[in-house]
Amino acid sequence: MWLPWIEFAVVLLVMALLVIPMGQWLARCFTSEHHTWLERWTYGALGVNPQERMTWQRYGSSLLLSNAMMMLLGYLVLRLQGGLPLNPLDIAAQSPDLAFNTAASFITNTNWQAYAGESSLSNATQMAAITFLMFAGATTGVAAAAGFVRGLARSSSQDLGNYWVDYVRVLWRVLLPLSLVVALFYVWQGIPQTLQADTVVSTLEGSRQQLMVGPVASLESIKHLGTNGGGFFSMNAAHPFENPTPLTNVVHILSMLLIPSALTYAFGAMLLRRRQGWVLFGACLVMFVGFLSLVFVAEQRGSDLLARAGADQQWSPLQSGGNMEGKELRFGIADTALFVTTTTAATTGSVNAMHDSLTPLGSITPLAQMMLNSVFGGDGVGLINLIQYAILTVFLAGMMIGRTPEFLGKKIEVREIKLVMLSVLAHPAIMLGFTALAVLWPDTAASLNNRGPHGFSEILYAYASATANNGSAFAGLNANTPFFNTTIGLAMIAGRFLTLLPLLAVAGSLAAKATVPAGPGTFPTATPLFMGLLVFVVLVVGGLTFLPALALGPVIEHLQMLLGQLYA
Amino acid sequence: MKSSSSLLATAVAEPSSASTERHAASGWQLLGSSARAALLVLLIAGVAYPLLTTGLAQVLFPHAANGSLIERDGQAVGSALIGQQFASDTYFHGRPSATMGADPAQPGASMAVPYNAGASGASNQGATHQGLAEVVAQRVAQYRAMNGLAEQVAVPVDAVTASASGLDPHISPANAQLQAARVAKARGLSLDQVQQLVQQHTQPRTLFLLGEPRVQVLQLNLALDAAAPTAAARKE
Repeated sequence: MWLPWIEFAVVLLVMALLVIPMGQWLARCFTSEHHTWLERWTYGALGVNPQERMTWQRYGSSLLLSNAMMMLLGYLVLRLQGGLPLNPLDIAAQSPDLAFNTAASFITNTNWQAYAGESSLSNATQMAAITFLMFAGATTGVAAAAGFVRGLARSSSQDLGNYWVDYVRVLWRVLLPLSLVVALFYVWQGIPQTLQADTVVSTLEGSRQQLMVGPVASLESIKHLGTNGGGFFSMNAAHPFENPTPLTNVVHILSMLLIPSALTYAFGAMLLRRRQGWVLFGACLVMFVGFLSLVFVAEQRGSDLLARAGADQQWSPLQSGGNMEGKELRFGIADTALFVTTTTAATTGSVNAMHDSLTPLGSITPLAQMMLNSVFGGDGVGLINLIQYAILTVFLAGMMIGRTPEFLGKKIEVREIKLVMLSVLAHPAIMLGFTALAVLWPDTAASLNNRGPHGFSEILYAYASATANNGSAFAGLNANTPFFNTTIGLAMIAGRFLTLLPLLAVAGSLAAKATVPAGPGTFPTATPLFMGLLVFVVLVVGGLTFLPALALGPVIEHLQMLLGQLYA
Repeated sequence: MKSSSSLLATAVAEPSSASTERHAASGWQLLGSSARAALLVLLIAGVAYPLLTTGLAQVLFPHAANGSLIERDGQAVGSALIGQQFASDTYFHGRPSATMGADPAQPGASMAVPYNAGASGASNQGATHQGLAEVVAQRVAQYRAMNGLAEQVAVPVDAVTASASGLDPHISPANAQLQAARVAKARGLSLDQVQQLVQQHTQPRTLFLLGEPRVQVLQLNLALDAAAPTAAARKE
């Protein structure tokens, strides 16, 4: 029974080792003065001047406007699906509210899918809308992190860099090459990559089976590297064509964590504060391991419902045991637990098991990580959220000992705290506000797959996922209704931009300040003590905000499961 | 190492010397660049990249790229990665599957169609769902009856729970062991022979660490058909 723990340790060790080269590569992308000919051609095609220096306002508006255009283009492709080529199964266009939801979802890096990929999208749209928006949204996040870190590094300056340069570099130097290499590895392992839509076979017992295929591998690699999460197929990375072997499973996991973890290193390298980078990495790792243990132990213990019905959930060399409802056998409990933790930590949202079927305590891990949104977090935004909490920690510590808070040599003053609090509060306000609205809305009950506290969890999970731009779901919820499509779409957009933009403003504000030299009264932030404090602040602020909601859902459900209470 | 990182830091800390170009580009220019960016990323990432990957994949790994199809007598009988429905007592059964499909009798309605690869699906039922409790109890009773187990004997959990995709091609070795006796009897093979076949089609953990030991059901059943064809198959 110690084997899973060894597996976890090895995977996390590999992740930590990849952090250094990837972090250095990212730092070089963000700081190098040299443009390749391909990039210079791209600047020409876009009509932008790579030498232009941008203030945070200009950086932010470039980000917002380019995202809006990409969302619009994606929306058009989805609405025109019927008329596009590569549609041999004649799949019709998505409805307007669904297309809005899908386009919003993919540009905000959420990848919430209120549709089933293999039956409602043609291969053309899987490429030209979905894969396109996956790159678009992910590149935005990483570029935003670049601007943000530069703001923290500069002093007495308005200059956050150039959004287009960051964007183009991340696209050409990081995401495209990595995605291509990883995609070919995936094909080798068995993930399809073809322009055909389906293959029909005749099974051994004589029935007809229609295997859906398509350009899956190329989508799969950017899906995880860009912490996107949207699946080619409805059942996402549980589908054998998206995740055929334990090896692809572990590469999915490493891909998801690669850029978010490497950004902590890049941050440290760009600010010449490497220990600070490792402290941030360490804080994320501590929380990650805590949540991983929770979900693994809960799932291995199993579901009382299954035990009462006569299932044997005991681990043995011949079976993994545990709660296997909604799980794939090749992954068992351990690989599933690791995937569940990773996908909600790195706000990817792909799933290799059905989260709706997790045990109640096990389901706390994905929910809580999305609520906190800073256990590594998604590409770019994870680092930004973590810094937001670091600023909050420094502020709270400063209040307790009566000193002006300082972070990275800059004084944290009223303006910064107001913006940080706007971002910190926007997150739960959106999440819990919409959940409350949905619970009161008359038609909601018809959308639930589970009744009782688990039904509440289904709704809470949907808005937590949307606001945190995660995109996974308790998939029993039928969210393809105008109410859910609209509110979830709004939650995704608000969750992304109401946290990204205030923090870009913070970076701009800090960039304009002069650096204060470290003195005897400075609170050191590159120490294990600060790491512990940071974890503490994240958990306490998160806990106080979300514990009531968690109590109404998973905690009550767990107690009811123990008692054998069932809901029809 | 030190020199390159201090170079990085100066590159970040000091805005570039060309920074005096405080660009007063109009909002229209920004809009134009944004529109062009959208189109360019669509063409590069949404068209060129997937097409390039497809081309390379079809050349380098054609079998895998097209779905890892398994053929028997020149006909495709399935994919090595996708499970199939098996109900006959001469075959090993896979895990329960919760996929749905169109109901041929009532257009517009759907019914349970296990291992429907056109629409992957799962139950999405949790630990307090009455429907789940009932269906699992039913499956346990059926498994015990089919495989000659006594009452109250606990059944391996993977045999009575639906997989996440509905297309899981594997079962646990424990599950396979308990079905071996039934299959041996139905095919007229000895238990040893069947267990040997099971052993041959059991995959261990990858790299000793990743995944779970698992039995590939389709390939096991194909091997069974080859070793001891049923009376019906011999008639064909």
